[in-house]
Amino acid sequence: MRKLPDSLVRLLIVIAGLASVVLCIRFLVLPRSLTDMELHKQSAVERELEKPIQFAGSGICQECHEDEPATLAAGYHSTLSCETCHGPAQAHIDDFEYKPKAPRQRDFCPVCHMYDPSRPTGFPQINPIAHNPLLPCIECHDPHDPVPPETPRSCEACHAEIARMKAVSHHVQLECKVCHEATNEHMLHPRAEKPTKPANREFCGSCHAEDSDTVATPHIDLKTHGGRYLCWQCHYPHFPEAS
Amino acid sequence: MLRRKLLKMLTGALPGLTILTDPFARLLAQDEETAAQELPLYGMGIQVDRCIGCGNCMEACKAENNVPPEPTHMRTWVERYVIDSNNEVHVSLLNSRNRTSSQIDEQRNVLRTFFVPKLCNQCENPPCVQVCPVEATFKTEDGVVLVDNERCMGCGYCIQACPYGARYLHPETKTADKCTFCYHRISQGLLPACVNVCPTQARVFGNLKSPASPLTRLRRLKKINVLKPSLNTAPKVLYTDLDGEVR
Amino acid sequence: MNLDAISASENILRETTGFVFPNEIDVLWSIMIVVYPYLTGLVAGAFILASLVKIFKVRELQPTYRLSLLTALAFILIAPLPLVLHLGHPERSYEIFLTPQLGSAMAMFGFVYAWYLMVVLLLEIWFEYRRDMVIWARETKFPLSWIYRILSLFSNDLSQEGLNFDKRATRLITIIGIPSAFLLHGYVGFIFGSVKANPWWSSVLMPIVFLFSAIVSGIALVLILYMVLAPMRGEEINMKCLDRVAAFLFYAVIVDFSLEALDFIHRLYESEESIHILSELIVNKLFLSLVVIQILLGMIVPLAMLAGIRIFRANAELRKLIYFVSAILIQLGIFSVRWNVVIGGQMFSKSFRGLTTYKMEMLGLEGLLLALVLLALPLVILAVLLRFFPPTGSPAKDLSAST
Repeated sequence: MRKLPDSLVRLLIVIAGLASVVLCIRFLVLPRSLTDMELHKQSAVERELEKPIQFAGSGICQECHEDEPATLAAGYHSTLSCETCHGPAQAHIDDFEYKPKAPRQRDFCPVCHMYDPSRPTGFPQINPIAHNPLLPCIECHDPHDPVPPETPRSCEACHAEIARMKAVSHHVQLECKVCHEATNEHMLHPRAEKPTKPANREFCGSCHAEDSDTVATPHIDLKTHGGRYLCWQCHYPHFPEAS
Repeated sequence: MLRRKLLKMLTGALPGLTILTDPFARLLAQDEETAAQELPLYGMGIQVDRCIGCGNCMEACKAENNVPPEPTHMRTWVERYVIDSNNEVHVSLLNSRNRTSSQIDEQRNVLRTFFVPKLCNQCENPPCVQVCPVEATFKTEDGVVLVDNERCMGCGYCIQACPYGARYLHPETKTADKCTFCYHRISQGLLPACVNVCPTQARVFGNLKSPASPLTRLRRLKKINVLKPSLNTAPKVLYTDLDGEVR
Repeated sequence: MNLDAISASENILRETTGFVFPNEIDVLWSIMIVVYPYLTGLVAGAFILASLVKIFKVRELQPTYRLSLLTALAFILIAPLPLVLHLGHPERSYEIFLTPQLGSAMAMFGFVYAWYLMVVLLLEIWFEYRRDMVIWARETKFPLSWIYRILSLFSNDLSQEGLNFDKRATRLITIIGIPSAFLLHGYVGFIFGSVKANPWWSSVLMPIVFLFSAIVSGIALVLILYMVLAPMRGEEINMKCLDRVAAFLFYAVIVDFSLEALDFIHRLYESEESIHILSELIVNKLFLSLVVIQILLGMIVPLAMLAGIRIFRANAELRKLIYFVSAILIQLGIFSVRWNVVIGGQMFSKSFRGLTTYKMEMLGLEGLLLALVLLALPLVILAVLLRFFPPTGSPAKDLSAST
């Protein structure tokens, strides 16, 4: 075997020394907590989970406040959370001395209800300059049940989405009241008095059963079709083609 | 899976062993099933047609997540689109409450106009996670992309790699920061702060895997789009009624 | 949001045109990140020039060989500094070695850098200077002699066999070194070229453009250094060598120019969604740095001058002047390339609907002053290296005396 050149031997010793020191440190000296990414991720997730909460969430208010959430849930503001207007309230739950804000000024409601062309059509908007100038909104509207001054004339005013869907479906000719009964009270307090909904298979069967006398509607055998399911579990009545 | 294969191999070789291994095999199978059932996959739906541009979400996010007050640091924000009759697109940032309509030019002949909320898309293939040199940003098993701010060295590569501008360098911690879907809230069953305060349910939060989640209902009833689909990031923020001009 | 934040936002919005995502208003990667690929490019370029001597046997270039190697070493020592200084947490940069995320282009930086510095540059220089260090160790006085002794790893072998091995070793290392130099800078290009979110960066050509602009800048730098240093040492400038370096510079600029032109034409012809905002970017924000400095002053003018010299046979003095001026212009041009890539890529919004402004700090960690210091620092290191490892080596008589 040929002898390795002196210079190479020296270099190899240095390189081997350096490499072993580096590898030693990396794999023997350093604790696993420094090198294990799974541990790091876990601790990051834990730190994330420990972060303080500011907004208490929608469910907890009614544990003490009974009336307002109930009114709210029955009215046009039913999609709002208490904290949408009252602000973050976890501090109030931790310490009742802290009172969440209760905005009463006239400039608060226009944040949502001032006319803005970019807002979706049909969303209630006012011109704050022309609309009862200087009067605080709460003089006329209860923010927990903001009844509009006039009752809506048709279902479409509120249920535009359903109306649009129905308009292109095979049920286009059916008026809402064929399937739903809505009282006048529902138009004033939409959540307090809900419209009826069909309750059983026989209701759809009145048009779609084999023995019904409607023309040009699909007929099925109620006994064999769909087993124990209710019709609208597979057919969305406002758009019955979709199943 | 590997363990089960191993067990199978063992039992295949020695049929007598089945008696011994069967209970273990059943246990392992149970483990896998329950694990798959329990882990949610979080996502958010944005119903563009419902956004009224009130800015509640932006404000709530800043309050909940200790986001710096400057408008150059946002975990979520709302954009106003105005498309005029020349088909020119004018976009502006909804910069704070009570100032929403100041920017719209009354003289402009508006063809259509709307608001679009934006936030981290919690991509299934997140480019930010791909480029992070030290694995400081990662995807949790329930699909949320988080930043480990004790690991992040603040190089900013993830910020450059995000196609949606959803990340920023936090001026105090000097680390990358972004929307976490309010991870500390959702893991307790609460809604993200922005969803909690949204007055019109323009934001819908839920578990993409669960058949009972409002998000699943949304996906069934609406046409869904995501932002920049051509980049193959597979966002889990799903938009309905999204205009083609939105990028 | 409080009132301060609102007024701050209005101030910021004035610096943008069109629509910019809120988080994009501040330009994140500052002049530090411009300096970094510029320095790395000089390293790769200088090394490629050195390898021309060893691999391609371009003997005329021998006078620049050691200078190129030392230049590469001086610049690579500083190259990662701007990167580290720019980090939000420089003290965590060790993580890139400890827990690299192998899917990240940036995570590979540490390893490519370490490979290039330790395996290529240091080894090649060590073998190249070993003979000289042994001799210097014998000839110099106490503190210095020990430094040479330690650096040469107490090697004392001046046999012909040993020296032949040194030569073969340098050659082998250069063979490894060329792909490594390509890797080093091609990879820096990949850091930018692989960002699919950014249409200004995202291009397969990016690593290649980076590489050739690196070669251009490295050759130009060695040319400048050679022309400055030779008279300082009282040497005559070797015109054969200089002509050859300038010739390589000329070819490299042509390739670089063609590649950049290809990239430009390709973008323009494909005319994708981003083309409008990129045109706006060039016209409104990068006109001076891209069109005037990078393309006109940094490429077309030097190309014309170098071509002119080859057509009309100029005398040595004029040639020297033109080489020097061209090389300076090319340096300026390549610095603008880095500027236009790094800063330009952050001045348009990923919404493709607006532009923001980069306001360079003067003092401070991200400032111009520190950038200038970082650009000058390699030259200081080079001066020290040249002092202790003069490219002229040890006089030949010592060798004959000792063998």
